[in-house]
Amino acid sequence: MLTANDIIVLIFEAIDEFNAEQDESKRLKKSPATAIFGRGTVLDSLDVVNLIVTIEGKLADGHEIFLTLANEKAMSRKVSPFRTVESLAAYIEELLQEGSDE
Amino acid sequence: MSDPAVVLITGTRKGIGRHLAEHYAGGGYRVVGCSRKPIDYQLDNYEHHCLDVTDEPAVARLFGAIRSAHGGLDALINNAGIASMNHALLTPLDTAGRVLKTNVLGTFLFCREAAKLMKKRGSGRIVNFSSVAVPLKLEGEAVYAASKAAVTTLTEILARELAPMNVTVNAVGPTPIKTDLIRSVPEEKLEAIVRRQAIARFGQLRDVVNVVDFFLRPESDFVTGQTIFLGGV
Repeated sequence: MLTANDIIVLIFEAIDEFNAEQDESKRLKKSPATAIFGRGTVLDSLDVVNLIVTIEGKLADGHEIFLTLANEKAMSRKVSPFRTVESLAAYIEELLQEGSDE
Repeated sequence: MSDPAVVLITGTRKGIGRHLAEHYAGGGYRVVGCSRKPIDYQLDNYEHHCLDVTDEPAVARLFGAIRSAHGGLDALINNAGIASMNHALLTPLDTAGRVLKTNVLGTFLFCREAAKLMKKRGSGRIVNFSSVAVPLKLEGEAVYAASKAAVTTLTEILARELAPMNVTVNAVGPTPIKTDLIRSVPEEKLEAIVRRQAIARFGQLRDVVNVVDFFLRPESDFVTGQTIFLGGV
């Protein structure tokens, strides 16, 4: 089971991959407070897709965890779990916890 | 494409899907196939999974298995589909729902998950299945044709959304081919459809393979969002 810190590290690795393909203006800071979606983000919708898919890929490749992050639960929330690195990490932890409870 | 290229084909138990599986498994591809029921044949370079194409957790497990075994995916051929040939007034809602779910949502789900693996590869090819029932506006196939019209639109828009990932998305629209899909359609109705084609003959499996081959060719990387209807429809 991944810890909260493991998930943050995994997201940072995904940010490294993402940043490697970006101009200076689009590069993300590796910080829990970094905005991914909505207010304060430098990313457009396709960038968010790329980052989310990269994170899903890292969960699958590195940990054999096959999650669809953009699911009904995420999309129906009033406050998006994708808004910051920290909120996304908490959301992934929640999904993993649900999976282990089933 | 990787070497050997990995192609996922849905609906490979029989008909066009089985023929495509045999064609690509025999042609140097590593083929992953799926169907709801088990298959009664074996092929080299072929592995089979039993699942419903609309069962999201099962589909996620299939793509997880492909990711683990092959590291990615080069091509997806979304062949699985069901038909309901009946007058609209005699079509139960449950039947209409099943057709739309399998043909539209199944296609969408596989496109979505395949694109994630293709993004990892840096390129990919998706081939969907439309039908001449769409442009011919065939009576008695309202729900089936509507589902295939949705596949055409899905193809055109996904082509744009996935172009930045070097993934092409195209569709083939077969004419009637003598498979189980149309076994309940009266012969005179099939003959009438064939007479509306520019080339008035039944389609053959090789006609479909030829178009899919074209979409999969490396040289076809500038071809996307297209639906090729067979028979000059």
